[in-house]
Amino acid sequence: MNNSPTPNPAPAIDKVRAGLARRRAAEKRFRAYGLSGIILGLAFVATLFLSIISQGYTAFFQTEVRLPITFDPALLGIPANAPDQKALSTADYDALVKHSLAELFPKVTQRRERRQLSDLVSGGASFELRGMLLSDPSLLGRQVEVWLPAGDDVDMLMKGHFDRNAPESERRVKDNQIGWLDQLTGEERLVQRFNTTFFTAGDSREPELAGIWGAISGSFYVLLVTLSLSFPIGVAAAVYLEEFAPTNKWTDLIEVNINNLAAVPSIVFGLLGLAVFINFFGLPRSAPLVGGLVLTLMTLPTIIIASRAALKSVPPSIREAALGVGASKVQTIFYHVLPLAMPGMLTGTIIGMAQALGETAPLLMIGMVAFIVDIPQSMFDPATVLPVQIYLWADSPERAFVERTSAAIMVLLAFLIAMNFTAVLLRKRFERRW
Amino acid sequence: MNANREVLCMEPELTETPIGVATPVTPTTDTMPRRASVGRDVRNTVGTITVPNPRMEARDVNVFYGEKHALKGVSIDIGAKEVVAFIGPSGCGKSTFLRCLNRMNDTVSGCRVAGQISLDGSDIYDRKVDVVPLRAQVGMVFQKPNPFPKSIYENVAFGPRIHGLVNHRNELDELVEASLRRAGLWEEVKDRLDQPGTGLSGGQQQRLCIARTIAVSPDVILMDEPCSALDPIATAKIEELIDELSQNFSIVIVTHSMQQAARVSQRTAYFHLGHLIEVGSTRDIFTSPQHELTEDYITGRFG
Ligand SMILES: Nc1ncnc2c1ncn2[C@@H]1O[C@H](COP(=O)(O)OP(=O)(O)O)[C@@H](O)[C@H]1O
Ligand SMILES: [Mg+2]
Repeated sequence: MNNSPTPNPAPAIDKVRAGLARRRAAEKRFRAYGLSGIILGLAFVATLFLSIISQGYTAFFQTEVRLPITFDPALLGIPANAPDQKALSTADYDALVKHSLAELFPKVTQRRERRQLSDLVSGGASFELRGMLLSDPSLLGRQVEVWLPAGDDVDMLMKGHFDRNAPESERRVKDNQIGWLDQLTGEERLVQRFNTTFFTAGDSREPELAGIWGAISGSFYVLLVTLSLSFPIGVAAAVYLEEFAPTNKWTDLIEVNINNLAAVPSIVFGLLGLAVFINFFGLPRSAPLVGGLVLTLMTLPTIIIASRAALKSVPPSIREAALGVGASKVQTIFYHVLPLAMPGMLTGTIIGMAQALGETAPLLMIGMVAFIVDIPQSMFDPATVLPVQIYLWADSPERAFVERTSAAIMVLLAFLIAMNFTAVLLRKRFERRW
Repeated sequence: MNANREVLCMEPELTETPIGVATPVTPTTDTMPRRASVGRDVRNTVGTITVPNPRMEARDVNVFYGEKHALKGVSIDIGAKEVVAFIGPSGCGKSTFLRCLNRMNDTVSGCRVAGQISLDGSDIYDRKVDVVPLRAQVGMVFQKPNPFPKSIYENVAFGPRIHGLVNHRNELDELVEASLRRAGLWEEVKDRLDQPGTGLSGGQQQRLCIARTIAVSPDVILMDEPCSALDPIATAKIEELIDELSQNFSIVIVTHSMQQAARVSQRTAYFHLGHLIEVGSTRDIFTSPQHELTEDYITGRFG
C-alpha cells in the first residue's frame, strides 16, 4: 500500500497552502461585491431622502404678515350693536384686510395696484379673521395686530424659490410688490413662522391654506378598518390553514391562490372594490370604509403568509409538550402556539399596514381621489389618504405645492419608518430562545 | 436496582460460533448462561410478552408512515408499576411504538396505526375515545427537554389547570410543589418558580418536564430517550427518579444505553427493523438472550 506509483506525493497540507491565496482572494472579492451593493443601495436611499428633504423642508414654514386690523362694523357691513351669529359669519372680512393694507400703504390708490397689494395677503386671511371674531365677539370695534398668512407667491419669493432678479415679465411677484414687501420686512411685519396650517388643515386650492390633516385622518380611518378586519381574519385563516386544515388538493389550491393573491396588482383590488362594495352593496363612494375594505383584500395575503410562517417557526416540541400532557388542539394553540407566534404575526401585520398606508392605485378606483376640504369625522365621510394627497398636490401647478408635496412625502415616510421600526422592535423584544 | 447494576459486568462473552448457525435450544439450569438459540432470520417475538397484571396491552400493532411499514406486528403488555425498557438500533420503531401508546402518532400526518392497544382493558384506538383524557392517563417525556417558554410554575400548573384537577390557587400551589418534589427539583427551583423554565440546565429542564407530566397523575409514563441530551450526572439523577417513580407509575422508557436499560428496568423489549424481536426480564435479556439478533445487539456486534 505504501509503495504508490507516484514518487513522494506532496503532503495534503502543501496543497491546502497552495490554494490558500486563491481562496482568500475569492473571499475578498465576494465581500467587495456585497459591500458595493450595499453602498449603492444606501446611496440611492440617501439621494432620495436628500432631494425630498431639501425640496420639502421649507414647507414647514410659512411667511406671515402682521397687519393692524380694525374690526370696524362699518367695514364689515354689520350692525355695531350685538350682531347675530349669522351676520358675523357672513360679514365682509376681506374689506378689513384691504382697509388695513390701504392704511399701511396710503400712496397706493390705483385699482390695479390695490389688487396687487391685496394679493400679498392670502385669501384665507378673511377666514382667520372671521374665526377670531366669532370666538371673541368683544373684538368688534377694536384694533389688534394680527399675523395673517401671506399669499403663496409672496411665500415663494421670501423662501427664495422665485428669483427676484429675474425680468419682471417672467416673475409672478412684480417690482412694486417687491417694494412693498421690503417695506413690510423693514417694519418687521413679514416673517417666516412654523406652518401649523400644514398639519391642521384639510386640502385647499390655496397652497398656503392647504394641510395634510384631512389626508392623515382619512388614512387613519382607512387603516383602522383595514387593521380591524385583516388582522383577525388573516390570523384566523393562517391558524386554520396551518393547524387544522387537512392536507389535500383543496388546501393546496387555497395555498397557491393565497400566494397568487399576494401578487395581484393592487389596482385590480380597486376595481373589485368598485364593483362589489360600491356598485353592488351601495356603500358610499370616497369613504374610508370602502378604502379599508379594499386594502383589507390587499393586505390579507401578506398577513396570512407572515402568520403562517410565524406559526411554522414555533418548534414542534412545544406542541408535543402541550399535547403530551393532554391539552386539546385548541388549548395547545391558544395557550402556547399563538403567544409564541404573535410577534411574527404582528410584524407581518405592521408591514402589511405599512403597505396599505402607502397604497394609492386601488383608492383612485373607489373615488378617494376627490378634492376634499373638510376633515373626515368618521369612516363614512368622503376622504382622501396621504399618498393620494401627495398625488393630487404633485399634479398642482402652483410652485408652493411642490414643496408641500415633498413635505407630505416626508410625513408619509416618517409614518412608514415609524411602523417598520415598531415591527423591528417587536421582533427584538419578543425574540425567544427555546 | 443493585441487582440490575451487576448485570453490567455480566455481559455474555463472545463465543466463536459461525454466524448464521443456530445452536439448538438447550434446557440448561438457570445458573449457567445459555446460548442464543433462535436464528437471525426469525422475526417472531421470542419470550413472554404478557405480564400477570397488565395496564396496557398491545396486540399485533402495525404502523405505516404513508407507504412505509414502520412497525410490524408488535404485541406486548405493560405491567402495573413496572419499568419496561425498549432497546434496539436507530430507526427500528421504538419511538413509533411508544407514540402509539398515547396516540401521539395522531398528530403525524400520513401515519396510520393498525392493531389493538388497550389501557385497562378498553381499546384506546376506539372511535369514541377522546385523546385528551387518554394523554392525561398516559403521559409522555420527550427526548429533548421541551419546557414551555413560560415560568417554572406555569410549566407544571398547565396540565392540572386544563384538566380542571384543582379548584383553588392553594391546591394548585400544593400540587405544583408536590410534583416538583417528586421530580426532585423542588429544592433547586423553589425560590425562582416565576422564572422561565427554559432558563434551567438541561437535566433540570428534563426533570421539570417529568414534573409537568406527573402533575396530572398519569397511570403510565412514556419516556423517549429522556437522557440522550443530558450529561452523566443529570442522567444519574433522572435514573434515580425513574426508580422512585416506578413505585407509583408504569414507565416505558426508550433508551440507547444498554447500561441504562439494565439499571432502571425490570423488563426489556428488543426491537429490530420494525419487529419486536425479544421480550423478557431485563436480567434474562442481558445475560441469556434467546434470539441471535438480541445477542448481537447487546454484545455490541450490531447497531
Ligand atoms: N414522521 C415520520 N414520517 C415518516 N417516517 C417516519 C416518521 N417517523 C419515523 N419514521 C420512520 O419510521 C421508522 C422508525 O422510526 P422511529 O420509531 O423513530 O425509530 P427509533 O425511535 O427506534 O429510532 C424509521 O425508519 C423512520 O424513518
Ligand atoms: Mg427514537
